[in-house]
Amino acid sequence: MLGLGIIQGLIETGRNFVGSYFKPERLTTVQYPEERAKSFEASRTIPMLVYDGEDPNKGLRCTACTICEQECPPKCIYIVKDTVKKPDYLGKMQMQPKIFDIDISVCMGCGICAEVCPFESIKMDQVFELSTNDRFGSLLLHKHQLAKSNSYFNKICPTQAAEIDANRAADVHKAELKAKADAEAKAKAAAAATTNAAAGVAAAAAATVAAPKPAPAPAAAAPVSKPASAPVQQAKPTPSTPASPTPSADKKP
Amino acid sequence: MTLQDSHNGQMKGDSTPFEGSKTRFIPSKAPEYATDLEGDLLEVSMGPHHPSTHGVFRMNVVLDGETIVKLKPYFGYLHRNHEKIAESNSYLSAIPYTDRLDYICGLTNNWSYVVAMEKLLGLQVPERAEYLRVIVGELTRLFNHACLAGFLLQDMGASGTPLMYAFREREYILDLFESLTGSRMMCNYMRFGGVRCDAPAGWIEQAKSVVSKFPKFLEEFEALITGNEIVRSRTQGVGVLSKELAINAGITGPMLRACGVDYDLRKVDKYSIYDRFQFRVPLGEHGDTFDRYMIRILEMHETLKILEAALRDIPAGPIIDPKAKLRNIRPKVGEAYGRTEVPKGELGFYVISNGGATPYRFRIRPPSLINLTILEDLCVGHPIQDVVLILGSVDIVLGEVDR
Repeated sequence: MLGLGIIQGLIETGRNFVGSYFKPERLTTVQYPEERAKSFEASRTIPMLVYDGEDPNKGLRCTACTICEQECPPKCIYIVKDTVKKPDYLGKMQMQPKIFDIDISVCMGCGICAEVCPFESIKMDQVFELSTNDRFGSLLLHKHQLAKSNSYFNKICPTQAAEIDANRAADVHKAELKAKADAEAKAKAAAAATTNAAAGVAAAAAATVAAPKPAPAPAAAAPVSKPASAPVQQAKPTPSTPASPTPSADKKP
Repeated sequence: MTLQDSHNGQMKGDSTPFEGSKTRFIPSKAPEYATDLEGDLLEVSMGPHHPSTHGVFRMNVVLDGETIVKLKPYFGYLHRNHEKIAESNSYLSAIPYTDRLDYICGLTNNWSYVVAMEKLLGLQVPERAEYLRVIVGELTRLFNHACLAGFLLQDMGASGTPLMYAFREREYILDLFESLTGSRMMCNYMRFGGVRCDAPAGWIEQAKSVVSKFPKFLEEFEALITGNEIVRSRTQGVGVLSKELAINAGITGPMLRACGVDYDLRKVDKYSIYDRFQFRVPLGEHGDTFDRYMIRILEMHETLKILEAALRDIPAGPIIDPKAKLRNIRPKVGEAYGRTEVPKGELGFYVISNGGATPYRFRIRPPSLINLTILEDLCVGHPIQDVVLILGSVDIVLGEVDR
């Protein structure tokens, strides 16, 4: 019968219309300004710079290596290195950015900068209300605007942030062990050197008659180098044993 | 309309002709009085801001009364220099730009490009990554076809209702994409030798539930549209594309299959892991607008079969080739052409390397552009209101046409 298809379609429309009042799964949108759709952990909008601790200047993880600047597809990152270095989380002196600007009117939010960053510094933020009245100035974000604390990063991406924190804690632990071993080795070496020196002085005093001068020198050097190298070699495998349970433990959650 | 098993030419089990083919509405000839009056031809410029041209696309139409005499498409309003940008950036940096080609289905565009680059770099994709690629690619095909049917009805004057139903389903799939890749449309998910990140916990189950709900929507959608007499009379016999012209013009995708040509790259190339899935290639009979619409509906049914199998069989394991690098990619001197069956047809990427950090030449074969070239042949002789409809059934996205 001609028109049957139209009637069938109208029944379908009616069912959808009435159903939308009773079935919440038929409504996929939210009433925006009053409520906001929740973001997922993987969601990304614009980049941000993560810093440790309280002070954004002191704790900034960025080392101004400019890898993100080179890899950014639309080239929206601008970095100038500072002349003054600052210590990183391991206490090593690292470069820091003097200027770190991202033009979010150019940024396409692809996340490649966060992917290539070797220092876990640049990460993707989840803010989406970015509109401004000004067309140019306020869309160019500077270092202090981009800097976000690690606790904020932990809040938006719990799994990823926990993994990074655990890795960094393991690194710190490793570095501490290594420093300890180094210190021990140094102390031992110093002790050995003093005893050797004392022995050397005694020997030199005993054999002042006609001994050639270079002969005691290698003899004195050999016992010094041996105890110094041995604890370092032993110390190297030791950090792996306490460090290995930490990553496996945080993989569980 | 019949379902034909691809590549042996034999009909299979349920190859019953689609019931619509019995009650075809063939449009009557132009009314007599139209020829009695002699008047000037009228040249109308449709676009670039015509709402039904799916973007910034202009057609110069020469009309005799209401009938099309000549049609000339103009494009390039959305040209963004994609190929040259890719040639001046690193290989990795070209991936997010491919999302913006056909911005409805970014993931399948990613896939085409990484297939080309994997040929150039000689990378092996791990099993799990292949499955993830198939899952996201087929989900993309699902909502692209659903939206196309919605847009087609929008062009026909059914303002909103079918399109919004399609968009509602698309929203569930886009939520899946966001939780997997971080972005709804600009996913930037595939990498050379694998994918960027693994599926989060519970993602596969969520995808399964979305896929299991989709057949109900399709049923609803078909009850709404397919049987509708107005839709039939507007689409059947309109914009008929002959087999010969389609093959000679290099048409690919659902548009070619609507003419009855059995050519689906998933079957022809058997790229990725498509040889493991049981699915059939629906073929049309008449090559008109209704067949082009119906092909998409039937393809969605086949896509659901692939998705169910892929979500069931997905193995655990690594998601990227251990040899794959992210930065400082310098392929050996050579060239590669990678192609996949995206929802709109054959999308190909041709990359030439001279050993440097950037491609020497980067060329895209966009299905939308090539499918659009025969627009005049489809439209001449039809009234002007059918032009919008025919353009809608070609399924173009101007981001890909203009690049």
